[in-house]
Amino acid sequence: MQALYAQLLVGLINGSFYALLSLGLAVIFGMLNIINFAHGALYMMGAFCAYFLLNIFGLNYWYALVLAPIAVGIFGMLLERTLLKWIAGLDHLYGLLLTFGIALIIQGVFQNYFGSSGLPYAIPPQLQGGMNLGFMFLPIYRGWVVVFSLVVCIATWYLIERTRLGAYLRAATENPNLVRAFGINVPRMITLTYGLGIGLAALAGVLSAPINQVRPLMGADLIIVVFAVVVIGGMGSIMGSVITGFALGVVEGLTKYFYPEASNTVVFVLMVLVLLVKPTGLTGRAT
Amino acid sequence: MVDVKTAPDAPAKAGASLLEIRDLQAWYGESHVLHGINFDVRTGEVVTLLGRNGAGKTSTLKSIMGMIAKRTGSARFDGHELIKMHSDKIARLGVAICPEERGIFASLDVRENLMLPPIVRSGGLSTEQIFELFPNLKERLSSSQGTKLSGGEQQMLAIARILRTGARFLMLDEPTEGLAPVIIQQIGRTIQRLKSEGFTILLVEQNFRFASTVADRFFIVEHGKVIDGFANSELQANMDKLHTYLGV
Ligand SMILES: Nc1ncnc2c1ncn2[C@@H]1O[C@H](COP(=O)(O)OP(=O)(O)O)[C@@H](O)[C@H]1O
Ligand SMILES: [Mg+2]
Repeated sequence: MQALYAQLLVGLINGSFYALLSLGLAVIFGMLNIINFAHGALYMMGAFCAYFLLNIFGLNYWYALVLAPIAVGIFGMLLERTLLKWIAGLDHLYGLLLTFGIALIIQGVFQNYFGSSGLPYAIPPQLQGGMNLGFMFLPIYRGWVVVFSLVVCIATWYLIERTRLGAYLRAATENPNLVRAFGINVPRMITLTYGLGIGLAALAGVLSAPINQVRPLMGADLIIVVFAVVVIGGMGSIMGSVITGFALGVVEGLTKYFYPEASNTVVFVLMVLVLLVKPTGLTGRAT
Repeated sequence: MVDVKTAPDAPAKAGASLLEIRDLQAWYGESHVLHGINFDVRTGEVVTLLGRNGAGKTSTLKSIMGMIAKRTGSARFDGHELIKMHSDKIARLGVAICPEERGIFASLDVRENLMLPPIVRSGGLSTEQIFELFPNLKERLSSSQGTKLSGGEQQMLAIARILRTGARFLMLDEPTEGLAPVIIQQIGRTIQRLKSEGFTILLVEQNFRFASTVADRFFIVEHGKVIDGFANSELQANMDKLHTYLGV
């Protein structure tokens, strides 16, 4: 049983990263109509940003949690203003190729300076150690990642589904021209939305730094699974991408316990099944 | 083409020109749809654009609103040249549009749809005044999805939401299209009421019997040009011409 709970926890942690990343992808896709292949690279930049903040500026994890998403988010907004905006309205393929190219360049630059091995990032002292829950041992940092990710996902959902700003965002996703004709600066909203999606990716990067180390290709490995998560969940819904993210993490964890050989492929098998049955994804709207 | 200077005079109470359109041309990509539109709208009047399907009425409204990127000529509103302005800036001058397809958002509930357009100037209608004009909307306010409303309710919502913003110049694109007579009457009364409260309205209508109950002047659009214009009082005298223009 201990081992099952441990795998469930690993599943929830992976699910947290899937949720944060696919949430950002969904928000970006809704507003910019771009499948953001640069997402993994920007996630990696979030982790590196935390590393730099600590080792160059002496700013610890808690600062990184706030500053890294802002810094990488601003970098993302610059990308949007200088590159992505030129392909607005074109076929998805252009956005996909452009962001894929951006990802390769960013990862190449980091690999050039830092090689491929991981740089260590310590768990902050406040979150070290573990708790015996009776039925299992819970490393505090891992519990923190799950809870904090969940809070961030819910806060993002609230922002989009329940606030006035979110209403602008949803409306502009449907009909940007009309929203602009009501007096709202839609291009600026698009830039900010991209910044928000990237900020979420960078936040996931900071959260993962103490667990997975900081590596130039950490995002490249993860993003493949995240895209499968997105395909399964569908791009249409915020809550859908969050729930799918966590759920698939758990499915992976369970598979690792019951049939470890399939744990790396189960998500892709599910993806194929969903594509066969409902090509727009479980929560996706037909377009 | 009608010479704007000799265009018929509006009733005495209408004021100076609020909107002056001169040689307005517009393109959807490579497709040239407006070939030189000319007309004026004076403060406080209701002007109606008539014309067959595909004549360019909607494109004219969208061009004024800045919703068609490629456009030339001149559209002066209240002293501002709109032709190079983006639509959000134009909206902030107090211009508002109720689009032909109504533009109710499916991912917003009714209240969010109503509250969506930001206040651009003071002097907009309060929500109480809006519910006075459209009592049905109040009951449907908590309805989950804007697009679940009936066609008539959606049309009222689309008009109501631009009355809050403080815009004084309203462009309504076929507000009666596909609606039941009783709802058309309600929209007619609403337009009368807005006019009496000093709003200036540019209306697009296929239904000129309805338009004649609210309009001060008419302009006829054909093949992307304004080809004729007359005051409401001259409607009867122009009936034969009108039937030819509209093909009814
Ligand atoms: N989005 C569009 N792209 C290309 N052509 C369009 C578009 N919308 C309208 N048109 C064309 O522009 C012309 C004028 O259309 P429109 O302004 O909608 O006419 P009306 O409102 O008078 O029926 C028509 O020939 C129509 O086919
Ligand atoms: Mg039309």
